[in-house]
Amino acid sequence: MGINTSQRLALSDDILMKIEKPERYIGHEVNSVVKDRDNISVRFAMCFPDVYEIGMSHLGIQILYDMFNSMEDVWCERVYSPWTDLDAIMREQNIPLFALESQDPIKGFDFLGITIQYEMCYTNILQVLDLAQIPLNAEERGEDCPIVIGGGPCVYNPEPLADFFDLFYIGEGETQYRNLLDLYIECREKGLGRVEFLRRAAKLPGMYVPRFYRTAYNEDGTIQSFTPTEEGIPERITKEIVMDVTDTYYPMKPIVPFIKVTQDRVVLEIQRGCIRGCRFCQAGQLYRPVRERDVDTLKKWAVEMLKNTGHEEISLSSLSSSDYSKLPELIDFLINECGKNHTNISLPSLRIDAFSLDVMGKVQDVRKSSLTFAPEAGSQRLRNVINKGLTEEVILKGAGLAFEGGWTRVKLYFMLGLPTETEEDIEGIAELSNKTAALFYDMVPKDKRTNGRVQIVASTSFFVPKPFTPFQWASQCTKDEFIEKAYQTRTAIARQLNQKSIKYNWHEADASVLEGVLARGDRRLCQVIRRVYEKGSFYDAWGEYYDNERWLETMEEYGLSVDFYTHRERAADEILPWDFIDCGVSREFLWREWEKAKREEISENCSLKCQGCGAAKFGCGICVVPREGV
Amino acid sequence: MANDRIKLRIKFRKYGPIRFIGHLDVMRFFQKAIRRAGIDVAYTGGFSPHQIMTFAAPLGVGLESNGEYMDIEVCSITSCQDIMERLNGASVPGIEIVSVNVLPDTAGNAMASVAAAAYTVSFRQGREPLTDIAEALPVFLAKNKIPYIKKAKKGNRELDLKPGIYKLTYLKAENTFFMLLDASSAGNIKPGQVIEALLAESGESLQENALLITREDVYANMGTKDKPEFVTLDAIQA
Repeated sequence: MGINTSQRLALSDDILMKIEKPERYIGHEVNSVVKDRDNISVRFAMCFPDVYEIGMSHLGIQILYDMFNSMEDVWCERVYSPWTDLDAIMREQNIPLFALESQDPIKGFDFLGITIQYEMCYTNILQVLDLAQIPLNAEERGEDCPIVIGGGPCVYNPEPLADFFDLFYIGEGETQYRNLLDLYIECREKGLGRVEFLRRAAKLPGMYVPRFYRTAYNEDGTIQSFTPTEEGIPERITKEIVMDVTDTYYPMKPIVPFIKVTQDRVVLEIQRGCIRGCRFCQAGQLYRPVRERDVDTLKKWAVEMLKNTGHEEISLSSLSSSDYSKLPELIDFLINECGKNHTNISLPSLRIDAFSLDVMGKVQDVRKSSLTFAPEAGSQRLRNVINKGLTEEVILKGAGLAFEGGWTRVKLYFMLGLPTETEEDIEGIAELSNKTAALFYDMVPKDKRTNGRVQIVASTSFFVPKPFTPFQWASQCTKDEFIEKAYQTRTAIARQLNQKSIKYNWHEADASVLEGVLARGDRRLCQVIRRVYEKGSFYDAWGEYYDNERWLETMEEYGLSVDFYTHRERAADEILPWDFIDCGVSREFLWREWEKAKREEISENCSLKCQGCGAAKFGCGICVVPREGV
Repeated sequence: MANDRIKLRIKFRKYGPIRFIGHLDVMRFFQKAIRRAGIDVAYTGGFSPHQIMTFAAPLGVGLESNGEYMDIEVCSITSCQDIMERLNGASVPGIEIVSVNVLPDTAGNAMASVAAAAYTVSFRQGREPLTDIAEALPVFLAKNKIPYIKKAKKGNRELDLKPGIYKLTYLKAENTFFMLLDASSAGNIKPGQVIEALLAESGESLQENALLITREDVYANMGTKDKPEFVTLDAIQA
């Protein structure tokens, strides 16, 4: 809250009365920041290109929103993808896309920052630009347009989006934005224009300005060279990283939406990065090294954020919460603190063991909740390939403890289509599900079965190889292979003794294939994405709006092959579209891991033994603390 | 112990952009605002305890109000004034608490008490009807029966609006109606229905989204059904 609260809304009453959930578009939420337009030097619109409820649940934006608004001369506002009902009205009535706080058109802002969290939102980026009345291609934009800047995990391969962005910020946002804004202000004062600003910005750490790079291709479609077009533009770009995650920005007053959003709770990020090194996981590589937050600071933050939001729930966030060294201390504190005022604690990404079951028994209704295991693969052999250090013994032991504790619902997550997968591995999914169910019936006598029987929910997703993982060279399955694997899984489960206690869910194969195209794609895909958007596609992440045929047909129009991007195994010496980015983890390390994967060899995690991935060069986190072992 | 608890009646206004926040979300808003304000609110028991809170009458999306009511139970209070200030401090522009009162133990809850509601209603610019309201209104009011077809999913139903219109006046200079209408759960009438019925007399229909409606207050009936005596919900105090 602040001065100058805008009572004027960008949308008329007639429109607001007609559309679904008008609350998505009116701003005014608790803790949203309103500043005086006249005393602001830089106006920054921060966008999550999906619907409000999804975008408002994203922690990264809340952190940057807080950071920008702590700067006196900057006003950061939010913008999300209008839902399809409003989208149609805005196009028909030529209403420009606006920011929630001021309700002012985005086009008049200095920056439009877009966080890119998943591939299937790429067409929504174009929707946002289009509704904002900003030319889709960066080079078509004039001095009257904001600088369009992309961030988030997908910018570790920004190439399929290269045409649409003036600038990509590679890495964690907390470090370089002030320098970038200062450079912008300086260029503006000197009247240097946007191209000169971008030229100078390209020399700042972590900044990638695609227009100053050119790609040449070999006859077979692979990349021949990727080079700067001007003197002084860096050839390689190293990700930005926060060295000290305790002494940094964190929103003590997160925005509290009126409508129920996906993440309707306080989110406490306890650490960044992960020690595990699962070979399919992109986040596990991108955010290295793991950096823990000081536990006393976290306690203070938790109390303050609960007080400032009034949320009834707090959730711990990290890639693997069980690996946080002070977890028992933190949870004890929270149980104590939250018990005083009816606050729930939610604990995702916990390893199931005696400790976590004890904790979960205290914080949730055992009868209603379910436990989640993520073995990811059905056999030990394949779990070694992907370096997922979870054994059948550990899963069954955890499940046994859970059944003793009164739980009757267990979720098991698997991936289909992992490199080297065989029919036996798929069979293993069914067998592990069956063993878990059988364990329940062995352990729990009939009269003690809370809900009568156990419910095992086995879910499979399709594996999509991602850049900066050891599987970045791997072949992705075709759609037909995916469907065949899901069918095999289903029939294998149907053959199990306890099949009536096992429910099997699987994903759509079409979107997984396209996600694979975009994930490891190159610049030539820009024209495809643009064309698909122009034909009417957006909200591709929402099954009901995804038009697979349109994507396939457009790929063909531009002479591009789906299999080239997905099904083809890359050679050791091939230039990958994202090779110019240095995320800390070296290509040599990733290749070593790829070779070990094929030999079914595991690699120990960072807390046990350094694998020499390269992230130690940042000189922070686990790379600089002595190893305690085991 | 329920006996130790204190029932509070909170009156608030809802206006500006906040009028587009739906009723359920206003409830969610207050659940969190009460926690931000550090009010010692009482919770129900059980595995998923929630705040003891009742709203008088849901307000439609798009309507403004000068008289919304919510009852809560608290385990302790500082003073009503202090609670009002703290709630306003935890609120947003557009939701303004105007009074906090302690309820008598015997008082019915806000929702059960609702008997009538007062509204001011005007036409949006450019959506005024052709009907001369000043001329049509006395005839309309003199009728013994005001039939209205209520459209519902399970077929239409004919209502008689007449007994539920306790007061209906029109100020020509300000293009504004004042109405006091039945708002009880059994006989609730909406302002739009009254205007629709009025225009129907001269064969005119109401344009879409033509009305600007403000709920002015909500009333309990302290008299009898035949001889009602309406008092605002905040007049009931310990």
